[in-house]
Amino acid sequence: MATIQRNMSLTGDVSDHLNPLQKTGTIIGFGGLVILMYSLFGDIEDKALWLTIALIALAGGILLFSKGLYNDKLKGIKNHGVWFKSISSRGFWGWLAGITLTGFYVILYFYEGLLGANPDGNTGLIALFDPLSKFLSGNPASQWFVYGTLYTVAILAFGIKFIWKYKHNRYEQLRTISVMFFQTAFAFIIPELMARLNSDSFSLPYNDLKNMWPLNYYAFDGWRVDQFINAGNIGLAFLIFGILSVFVISPFLTYKYGKRWYCSWVCGCGGLAETAGDSFRQLSDKSMFAWKVERWVIHSVLAFSVVMTTAVISTYLGYDSEKYWLTKDIFLISVAVFLGLLFAVIWYFKKEELKKDARYGAIGYLVIVLALIGIHYFSGTQNNKVFIFESGDLRSFYGFLIGSIFSGVIGTGFYPLLGNRVWCRMGCPMAGILGLQQRLFSKFRITTNGGQCISCGNCSTYCEMGIDVRSYAQKGENIVRASCVGCGICSAVCPRGVLKLENGPQKGRINPTEVLLGNDVDLMDLVNKS
Amino acid sequence: MEHIVIIGNGISGVTAARHIRKLSNKKITIVSSETDYFFSRTALMYVYMGHMKFEHTQPYEKWFWKKNKIDLKKGYVKSIESKNKLLHFSNGETLSYDKLIIATGSKPNKFGWPGQDLDGVMGMYHKQDLENLEKYAPNNKVCKRGVIVGGGLIGIELAEMLSSRDIPVTFLVRESSFWNGVLPEGESAMINRHIKNHHIDLRLGANLKEIKADENGKAKSVVIAETGEEIACDVVGLTAGVSPNIDFIKGSKIETGRGVKVNRYLETNITDIYAIGDCAEQYESIDQRRPIEAVWYTGRMMGETVARTICGNRIPYNPGHWFNSAKFFDIEYQTYGWVFSKPRENEAHFHWIHKDDTKCITVCYDTNTNKFLGINTFGIRMRHEVFNTWLNEERDVDFVMKNLSKANFDPEFFKHYETDIFNAFKNNLITT
Repeated sequence: MATIQRNMSLTGDVSDHLNPLQKTGTIIGFGGLVILMYSLFGDIEDKALWLTIALIALAGGILLFSKGLYNDKLKGIKNHGVWFKSISSRGFWGWLAGITLTGFYVILYFYEGLLGANPDGNTGLIALFDPLSKFLSGNPASQWFVYGTLYTVAILAFGIKFIWKYKHNRYEQLRTISVMFFQTAFAFIIPELMARLNSDSFSLPYNDLKNMWPLNYYAFDGWRVDQFINAGNIGLAFLIFGILSVFVISPFLTYKYGKRWYCSWVCGCGGLAETAGDSFRQLSDKSMFAWKVERWVIHSVLAFSVVMTTAVISTYLGYDSEKYWLTKDIFLISVAVFLGLLFAVIWYFKKEELKKDARYGAIGYLVIVLALIGIHYFSGTQNNKVFIFESGDLRSFYGFLIGSIFSGVIGTGFYPLLGNRVWCRMGCPMAGILGLQQRLFSKFRITTNGGQCISCGNCSTYCEMGIDVRSYAQKGENIVRASCVGCGICSAVCPRGVLKLENGPQKGRINPTEVLLGNDVDLMDLVNKS
Repeated sequence: MEHIVIIGNGISGVTAARHIRKLSNKKITIVSSETDYFFSRTALMYVYMGHMKFEHTQPYEKWFWKKNKIDLKKGYVKSIESKNKLLHFSNGETLSYDKLIIATGSKPNKFGWPGQDLDGVMGMYHKQDLENLEKYAPNNKVCKRGVIVGGGLIGIELAEMLSSRDIPVTFLVRESSFWNGVLPEGESAMINRHIKNHHIDLRLGANLKEIKADENGKAKSVVIAETGEEIACDVVGLTAGVSPNIDFIKGSKIETGRGVKVNRYLETNITDIYAIGDCAEQYESIDQRRPIEAVWYTGRMMGETVARTICGNRIPYNPGHWFNSAKFFDIEYQTYGWVFSKPRENEAHFHWIHKDDTKCITVCYDTNTNKFLGINTFGIRMRHEVFNTWLNEERDVDFVMKNLSKANFDPEFFKHYETDIFNAFKNNLITT
């Protein structure tokens, strides 16, 4: 407990002790972990039984702990001692959890053999999950099945904890039920069951319908597209749904409700962040510097993913030109035209609204993307050379850097150190696109309630995206920010009822004010004199 | 370049500085003896409760002050020499000004109770009070019980603070019901029950007689005047209101009453000296407001106003319709317009309370004209802008009750009570 930052506490011994129920929950939960750990080294005979026991112990431990934490409490905000507890204030347990999680992700992505993935049959931890995998899809487990199962258990168990914590807040409860549902059904059970449809003559790729490009950066990889096309009408329907999601469904929903419809109601990454990661939301960096870094990094990743995907698609279109009705050249020209048009529309309608550096950024990236396409189109290089890189290299580099390191190792592993939405805030290209839409063409905003703000800072502290909510609220301005995922916690923790997530007309959505409501300065008089 | 010096880095002084900077290039210096940087006083409680760290209470990052060329000076102003426009600091330094804004805020009231200056006895206002509380009430082993004297907004916050660390609290409230000088009976009674639900030992109609000391000069118990009961404790919170923090001005030529006397332009009797925020006292009350308003947003509004006057656009301080908010443990409170604890002449109250005992509203209206005068809401958030408009338009109470849902500001998917409230209102009219 040495590194704990007690802030002003001199003796340090504050009420962060565990009650008997919490202790029992902790022991049972760790019991589940011990079974999983044991399976790594020892051979477990009755796998189905022990897997069941382990998963029930994990979930049950979390639920017992939550019951101990919240059950006898009155409805209200439950943030007592957050900054005194070592796990939630980057203390000893926070660092330990961060290192452990990071280690787990490194093994998961790069050393799956340690978990028991073998060419001649699963052993260890992965073998322990074989019975469940066979029950669902009929196939043996993989490290990704193990991960998916634990991921789902975490969202379900911590989701219930979150619902318990916010027992007074229906918005929080409903969106949590939503992410729990989408994770369990769409990300976990349905794809596994669909694998049962596969046979020698028919095969669909593993497909989580809600996992859209570009978050799903391999959505339009050649082998997937081929599989979809070969699977007939069903496959084609999935492929078309994937394209519609990106270009029609998601822009429409984001226009109506803001990016929250995805980021905090549907998305699996968001789901884990909001449930298992809830205890770490206060750790996000709120400084202006962090905001600058965020804008550069997330939009760079977005530009990277667009270039990479264009490269990959144009490569296989080039290889098998007679196989697809779309040729490589037409594809490239359409991408260029689409981006150009998109940029022209934004420029025409929103030039005044965009901050200067955002304009520089937009111009910069547009130039890069167009230039790369131009290089390719006019230089007429070989098909295996796309742009100035090999598309395959670009694809693996993206997969390694963004798909594994950023979203997994840093994004989730660093929950206890950098907060629960580092990936969503800094890295997710999907969040980047939805954010641009939300900032520019959406009805969503967080309304500030007149002059009621007392600048206390609860909203900013608990904003997982590191938005300095208070800086808007204390000026009486609505919060319209690209990064806001609409989790609603700022509104929940506000002691004065100042913030409300709303969908409303575009007019008055962004409302810079000179003087806050309540001060009856004659504004015309003011304007005339000053 | 004209030098504007502001004494006090609270919301009033800092707002004044920000707006002067927006409007001009004048040299600005903010003086404070309390902290290096502006922080939100209302958030101190959250630091003790572990919701936030102290730096989270600071609304601006450190670079903000430099970027906006606002100089910050730490020091305690001992006296003002208005003839030579000079400030004298307790360490002997001086600072000259061209225009001076006094924004020194409040200090906790002490009413001459025996033992009020013992160790372990404190208000809950300054950052130093918080540090004191950390020292004397870090946990429930060091502090076996806290006693709070004075049932107002700060008192109930202090009760919540101590109970967040599982420290038993005895809460002495002079009145017969919590804050019933301000809140109507039904609301006050609901808050009494809510306080008790949080396991606070609430003593209504109880005054402090004395605080007793142990052999080291630290508080060890309090004695209740009415019953003579002695309650052992380790910390005593004095939260019986605040008064202007202007002792250093007494002896200067600046006119003072309870606070620094100012006119509607926030000017004192001395040219180029202004006073804003908690420490300012209006010669005449504005509307039905008190001459001294120790409220966050009035300090901010005075800062906005005085900045314009100082930058050459002399305008009066003109607060609009009264509003305010607070939180009593888990129950949020908002008020718009005037609802007094008892209906005054030609006024009536309509009171609705939800059966879960955490939500209620009281609407005040004129019995002759039916004009809507104000609303208190507990556990239901309302829109400031909507009520401000309705008060401007002088809507009658029936209109307000019929359209209440338009003012609702609760988060999406929350249960709405407007229909219940409206039906109760109609039935109430029929029965009376």
